[in-house]
Amino acid sequence: MNVFYQTGRYFSLMLKVFSKPERHSLYVRQTFNEIENLGVNSVGIVAVISIFMGGIMTLQVAYNMTNPLLPRTIIGLGNRDTLILEFSSTIMALIMAGKIGSNITSEIGSMKVTEQIDSLEIMGVNSAGYLILPKIIAVVLMFPLLYILSVFFGIIGGMIVGPAVGAVTLADYLNGVQNQFIPYYVIFSLIKCLVFGFLIASISAFFGYTVEGGAFDVGSASTRAVVNTNIMILVWDLILTQLLL
Amino acid sequence: MIEIKNIYKSFDQKEVLRNISKVFNKGETNLIIGRSGSGKTVLLKSIVGLHEIDSGQILYDDRDFTTMSPKFRKKLREEMGMVFQGGALFDSLTVEENVRFPLDMFSLLSSAQKQKQVDFCLERVNITNANKLSPSEISGGMKKRVAIARAIVMNPKYLFCDEPNSGLDPETSLVIDELIHSITVDLQITTIINTHDMNSVMEIGDNILFISGGEMCWEGNRKEILYAENHKLQEFVFANKQYQKIRDDKINQ
Repeated sequence: MNVFYQTGRYFSLMLKVFSKPERHSLYVRQTFNEIENLGVNSVGIVAVISIFMGGIMTLQVAYNMTNPLLPRTIIGLGNRDTLILEFSSTIMALIMAGKIGSNITSEIGSMKVTEQIDSLEIMGVNSAGYLILPKIIAVVLMFPLLYILSVFFGIIGGMIVGPAVGAVTLADYLNGVQNQFIPYYVIFSLIKCLVFGFLIASISAFFGYTVEGGAFDVGSASTRAVVNTNIMILVWDLILTQLLL
Repeated sequence: MIEIKNIYKSFDQKEVLRNISKVFNKGETNLIIGRSGSGKTVLLKSIVGLHEIDSGQILYDDRDFTTMSPKFRKKLREEMGMVFQGGALFDSLTVEENVRFPLDMFSLLSSAQKQKQVDFCLERVNITNANKLSPSEISGGMKKRVAIARAIVMNPKYLFCDEPNSGLDPETSLVIDELIHSITVDLQITTIINTHDMNSVMEIGDNILFISGGEMCWEGNRKEILYAENHKLQEFVFANKQYQKIRDDKINQ
């Protein structure tokens, strides 16, 4: 029953979030702040993780390719398709749920327990709209860009590590990366990114906005937000893969 | 003027407020006093609509807040200012941006006019050279004063203060009390303050409501409170022996 109750509260909050803003200019300013805070500030971690994972995946494919009849170009191709189809969208979304999601929950949760949200309500501001809508827009806009960067850095990672340890030549790797490219895979993953971005921002905001108590409860809410977001990302990954591929 | 009639409020079938009625006058500092856990904050939050009451009526200058549509409530809230216990300043904004926030959200004034109003309010609460500081860089007393400045920046008709002196030293408490009282009289607004600080009661208590266990126990003013015959009120007031001595000395005189 609790699942239905919480789901109802989530949709009720979303209705409040998507109601008409009081002052558009303030919402736009807030959205740009969130784009910087949640999106631009995540570029570093996305780049580092993607370079390492791209390199590791290249090595894994190379070391498991024991059949001498298979062309070495498969290493680059395998790395590219793994990055495009799953790693840079789904796995990166799971990582971002931890980074961005916990940030959103703890920020909104802290505002709740220190009565800053009550303060907004007393002024006549739709606190849910003002605090959550810019975050949702920022994450939904930025996540596809982070995805593209992740794919780029992942391929670079493989290009550095593969030839450096002698697992594949640079020419074979680059040949594989450019071989049998299917553009629809990118479109499919960009659609997933839009959905995942919405899930990360809205679920995390919901857990922050509905927190009751003090600092301990904000911490618990952050954990629950990350766990629930991760589960929903995997469920929607399954649904979208079945529907779109 | 704010009038509350027969207010009842419960949480999970536990009754927190029972049959409370009171008129809070314009141009006076109206105090709600009582022990911790007596229901003061719930009453104040019910009056401003942060908690929905189970039954009763809340009238803002004869406008029924309880039956009002969300749209009109929102409009009425633009006439309210509230100072929360911890100040509730927005951490991500500077002192000046905090005070300016309601103007940016609702006012059609030009940028220069807004700045003038912000400077006026900060000056009114004696905040100088702190405009660009963030809330984490200022003291507790300053936070309360900035919160008061933010609460009055839209020229509200109603001002609510929840424990404005909590966590402050006696001298700063006195400054905050005098500030709220002078703003109330000068701007002729209806002010309701929640407190359990007897010094505040004796300094600025024009109109006092004492509640205990969620029930209204006594009402009067600061001149009457020391001589009231109410047993629960006496226990509350004379928990501080100093006030017992003041009363005994006056009676002896």
